[in-house]
Amino acid sequence: MADLVLTAPVLEKTRREIDQALIKAGAHMVLLVDEAGNIVTSCGKDSSVIDTTSLAALAAANFGATCQIAQLIGEDDFSLLFHKGKKDSVHFTRIEPDFILITVFGEQVSLGLIRVRVGELARTLEKILGF
Amino acid sequence: MALIDLSKKEVHCKIVYYGPGRCGKTTNLLFIYNAMGNNSRGKMLTIETKGDRTLFFDLLPLNLGKICGFDIKIQLYTVPGQTMYEATRKLVLKGVDGLVFVADSLKVRKAKNVESFEDLCRNLREHNLKVEEVPLVLQFNKRDLVSTPIPTLTCEELQADINNGLKLPAFEASATKGTGVFETLKEISKRTIRHVTAKHLMPSKK
Repeated sequence: MADLVLTAPVLEKTRREIDQALIKAGAHMVLLVDEAGNIVTSCGKDSSVIDTTSLAALAAANFGATCQIAQLIGEDDFSLLFHKGKKDSVHFTRIEPDFILITVFGEQVSLGLIRVRVGELARTLEKILGF
Repeated sequence: MALIDLSKKEVHCKIVYYGPGRCGKTTNLLFIYNAMGNNSRGKMLTIETKGDRTLFFDLLPLNLGKICGFDIKIQLYTVPGQTMYEATRKLVLKGVDGLVFVADSLKVRKAKNVESFEDLCRNLREHNLKVEEVPLVLQFNKRDLVSTPIPTLTCEELQADINNGLKLPAFEASATKGTGVFETLKEISKRTIRHVTAKHLMPSKK
């Protein structure tokens, strides 16, 4: 895993794209984390409402664990995960090669919309982050 | 892999407590959590499982103040110690910046200490890291048992088993009582931050 140094312009552009694609579509919070569980950036709800440090660490571990499940059934990896709650749900998607985008959204936003927006955003972020 | 956020002026480092099952890794984190003030510690995350064994990992975020205007934030992780959870240990080691190897002073755990250290070296190699290159501190835990009738290993024996040729700093500790816990944390934080800052923030002073 290579070292990652974030520059302010790249980070600002990343935030703008996330805000445009997901926060304006109604998502409560979006986190971009790396596979080690470090938060690259967060958008939306104040981090005092949701414990983002724990969420990032657990998301990274969750991806690692499901990767092992994928391998048991002959897949390399699962590129997205979705957990549905009574009110709020979480959508995780991999941003190649080392990042995970976590989207927390409520029942008023459809999963379909999140999936479409995340799909487009993933391609944009991969370009911005230099892959 | 340390994360350096230039816009927020923050450096995030990951320190992993490694060692055989029941050696006291989670106890180290719990003592640190209970002893630190609310301003310097975050929320301790422990994944609830039946019994007191760690099946996934524990996480404790800490704020260590400023260096060169950068806020230093470290995250302490533990791994599940039992041999069968190798995949989880490898996962937690991803992006590690510093390591504490907690060795068990009980005589019956001698082989488990060696096995766990070899497992650490192997898992580091799989992440393209060498044990000599990553900041690493040893902790000989459960030293309070030396004065009891329970058979224990001497520090020399532990040094010969684990620290053979590596010349790593080692601390005697009793995590339940807190002896040596902060000494270990201080040393590994110092080494990790020095390693990260030398690499990224002050490369000319390396």
